[in-house]
Amino acid sequence: MQTTAEIAAQISAEFSLLENWEEKYDYLIEKGQNLPDMPDDLKSDEHLVKGCQSSVWFVTECREGRLYFQTDSDSLIVKGLAALLQELLNGQPAEAYQNVDLSLFDTLGFWRHLSSQRSNGLTAMVSFLKSAAEDCAAHHGA
Amino acid sequence: MSISIPAARADFPILSTRVNDHPLVYLDNAATTQKPQAVIDSLRDYYTFVNSNVHRGGHTLAVRATDMYEAAREKVARFINAAHAHEVIFTRGTTESINLVATSFGEAFIQPGDEIIVSELEHHSNYVPWFELCQRKGARFRVLPLTPTGELDPEVLQSMFTEKTRLLALNQVSNSLGTVNPLETLIPLAHAAGVPVLVDAAQSVQHLAARDVQALDADFYAFSGHKMYAPMGIGVLYAKESWLEKLPPFLYGGEMIDQVSSTRVTFAQLPYKFEAGTPNVEGAVGLGAAVDYLNRFDQLELQAYEEDLLAYGIEQLRAIPGLTLYGNPRHRSSILPFNVEGIQHYDMGILLDTSGVAVRTGQHCTQPIMDALSISGTVRASLALYNNREDIDALTRGIRRVMKMLRR
Repeated sequence: MQTTAEIAAQISAEFSLLENWEEKYDYLIEKGQNLPDMPDDLKSDEHLVKGCQSSVWFVTECREGRLYFQTDSDSLIVKGLAALLQELLNGQPAEAYQNVDLSLFDTLGFWRHLSSQRSNGLTAMVSFLKSAAEDCAAHHGA
Repeated sequence: MSISIPAARADFPILSTRVNDHPLVYLDNAATTQKPQAVIDSLRDYYTFVNSNVHRGGHTLAVRATDMYEAAREKVARFINAAHAHEVIFTRGTTESINLVATSFGEAFIQPGDEIIVSELEHHSNYVPWFELCQRKGARFRVLPLTPTGELDPEVLQSMFTEKTRLLALNQVSNSLGTVNPLETLIPLAHAAGVPVLVDAAQSVQHLAARDVQALDADFYAFSGHKMYAPMGIGVLYAKESWLEKLPPFLYGGEMIDQVSSTRVTFAQLPYKFEAGTPNVEGAVGLGAAVDYLNRFDQLELQAYEEDLLAYGIEQLRAIPGLTLYGNPRHRSSILPFNVEGIQHYDMGILLDTSGVAVRTGQHCTQPIMDALSISGTVRASLALYNNREDIDALTRGIRRVMKMLRR
């Protein structure tokens, strides 16, 4: 399995071909649209990430110290960002979540989703996943 | 005396900047307005030639700073036609103005079992302070519901007054829907029931000529500088002198005292009793400059210009298939709240920004309204005096482009 750093480099390379904002968002939206929709009964408060302007859900599963997740959002942009997180992290060992380097999103130009507090989609999403990864590591270690 | 409104756009230097390789189309004026050169210059001049602390020290700059600070108060008083300049208290903004009243009025006049009425149209800043006051005092928090058109019904309000009602708090213009509330009807109803009225004028004082606090007979009238072309961090609480005399101070410290000893403290006269600590002199000077700027226009002409532009915006938005415009009040000011079917408001805002169009998305600090409409949020375009039909056209072009991007 590729490391998160290798995957991040691939995503960066794909994005470097995109020339303007419209193309970048088009690409991101396509990433979101390609994710399967989550069944409505999984879109519960327990799986909802708090602190975002839009709703985003993660359903995580820990298997042999690796964390897997499915995700969905009512916002296609947020869903696209969540899809990138999935490409980057899905099935990685729990420790990889703790050390994930988010500078990828900065490089892509989606820094605004990292920095603004009211709609800090990415920061909130990553904290949610880190917390699940921590539980996963603790469970596996025990 | 009055100057042409379309020409005023040139007074705002930021409007000629570019955002994301497009000319800026600034339609987030309900969040904050841009500043004319005259206001920017007033701040630069204040710090270049005047800066000193006010109301103390007899040196030349201190006297000059004090004169400018008090001149700003006089300008604001005339702008809203207050009977006295000392009825104008400088605060940090609308939120602090309302909290001042909630704290001081609450301390003096609210007992367990009393009732406070707010409207469902309120911004959280005119909702939460009253909710919390009621929690602290064991008082009853009552909410005047909005009608299906997004308005307030005077008859329903009338039916809510009891002998326990101590205050009515409501806005003049809703920041979420743009509804202009008929204060000329609602305030007399409240007064007839013996209930004083606090008006949140954050979204009205810069748009409506009806800001004469004596004609409105408002007991309290709160607004922010930064939404009326002045700097951030300065705002106003107007209150009738009779109320200010009765209310205890909000903050304690320097500037607001008369005599201090270990056995006795007496407070300064109005307005200083409510202005503890070093005030925001720079902000007040900037607010004075903003009032001077607004006074260059004929106020009714300015309101008519903005209302005509709003009507154009409503017409253009309604022509977009699948677009819902929220609220349908008889009188609306400056606010265009909408969603497009199948497109999340956040996505619309982010993607409009890529073409230089600045709007706000989300709940706009009005969760009760969003609940009443059963929606998670809206896209809100909001107008100011420098906007024009080209801005509306850029918005509608942007919306159609986003619809194309997201629907395939």
